[in-house]
Amino acid sequence: MGMNLGSLSFEGYRRENGRMGVRNHVIILPVDDLSNAACEAVANNIKGAMAIPHAYGRLQFGADLDLHFRTLIGVGANPNVAGVVVIGIEPGWTGRIVEGIAASGKPVEGFWIEQHGDIATVANASRAAYRMLKHASKQKRIKAPLSELWVSTKCGESDTTSGLASCPTVGNAFDKLWENGNTLVFGETTELTGGEHLVKARCRTPEIANAFQAVFDRYQAVVEANKTSDLSESQPTKGNIEGGLTTIEEKALGNIQKIGNKCLVDGVIDKAGMPTHAGLWFMDSSSAAAEMVTLCAASGYAVHTFPTGQGNVIGNPILPVIKITANPRTMRTMPEHIDVDVTGILQKTMNMDDAGEALLDSIVRTADGELTAAEILGHREFSLTRLYESA
Amino acid sequence: MTIHFVVHDEHDSVGVVVVEGLKAGQALTGWIMDQDTMIEFASKSDIPIGHKLAIRDIAAGDTIIKYGVDIGRAIAPIAAGEHLHVHNVKTKRW
Repeated sequence: MGMNLGSLSFEGYRRENGRMGVRNHVIILPVDDLSNAACEAVANNIKGAMAIPHAYGRLQFGADLDLHFRTLIGVGANPNVAGVVVIGIEPGWTGRIVEGIAASGKPVEGFWIEQHGDIATVANASRAAYRMLKHASKQKRIKAPLSELWVSTKCGESDTTSGLASCPTVGNAFDKLWENGNTLVFGETTELTGGEHLVKARCRTPEIANAFQAVFDRYQAVVEANKTSDLSESQPTKGNIEGGLTTIEEKALGNIQKIGNKCLVDGVIDKAGMPTHAGLWFMDSSSAAAEMVTLCAASGYAVHTFPTGQGNVIGNPILPVIKITANPRTMRTMPEHIDVDVTGILQKTMNMDDAGEALLDSIVRTADGELTAAEILGHREFSLTRLYESA
Repeated sequence: MTIHFVVHDEHDSVGVVVVEGLKAGQALTGWIMDQDTMIEFASKSDIPIGHKLAIRDIAAGDTIIKYGVDIGRAIAPIAAGEHLHVHNVKTKRW
């Protein structure tokens, strides 16, 4: 017995470019590490605005710089954001990010510190943040079909219960959302090692399968070129091993359960790339939780599903992260971090369809505005992916 | 009835312990998910929750099967009911 998702709707914010968001954030976005202090001062002046500090943005070049711009522009343009104040050390790159976000049609203003200093910049940017908050507070939630909700997934601090139950729960929900015409994404390129043939077999066309294989092979070459002995203690992580996962192959096979049994891979995108149509996308990405979830936010996703075994506590500043666990010890010791308890699967008191529907229910409630555990606990991990050294 | 361990597929070499405090010598009830059948077993080790036990005798060099797929190789003999983890199984990748 399955839910008819076609009849389901959620209430979110219709943005200028037509996309539906589920949060109404005003963000103060630094272009670079040097501008974090000014951004935090603005967020301190204007309550309700949120600074998103990060560590990078200076002397990057080539593809690494492109990724930096794409990530910050994507986060600003994400429909969970109502308005953006951008602050950089100088006007050039600041303007580039403002222009990129402005293409989404939403309010965005840029400020730079050189020739003004922090204090004047903070004063001017605070006035802009004031206007943005006024604008955001006038937005109203409206009803939209569930198919307009973009949903991402990535698991973390996985253990054997992830592959048995919490990842298959996401897979069950993804199968239903995929049939419903939602826009979905998964990634974690190296964390498919040992199960890459299974993902390749799920690609909708030979062209997509080849594109997947190419990014998989490229990432394997990075591992081969940089590894010391093997990746023991990195993949699987110490936490994974503590949780009972023994090899990367075993971890990968659990990870892959997130794409269910029915949905096909409809396309491959680069890090922070923008899906061009509905369906399930594979993003070539890091398997580190905060990096991957940040990239999902930059790709425009509005709700994230995050199965965990040992209890990864991750959140994101703008993308609500729903945590699912099947591990009874995690549920006993850190329940405040978990949104969906599927421990019953392992004792046969809950079947996979029930679990998938519990997750879908949580996705809709989160889209309607219910806060996730990570939001309540203030988890705002924002991690930019770097490709190589700065110039 | 408590399920002590879960096996993905009946052809797998391993089951996953899903209860805390499992002791050597304990009589265990296992659930094979894909075939939805139950098996009875005795553990030969203390095994933490989430960790695996061998559900058949395994020789050094044997391939370990889970989800019906190769997840690595044994580097030591592992008797049915024993704890199977990084001390006796390694990846074939990287």
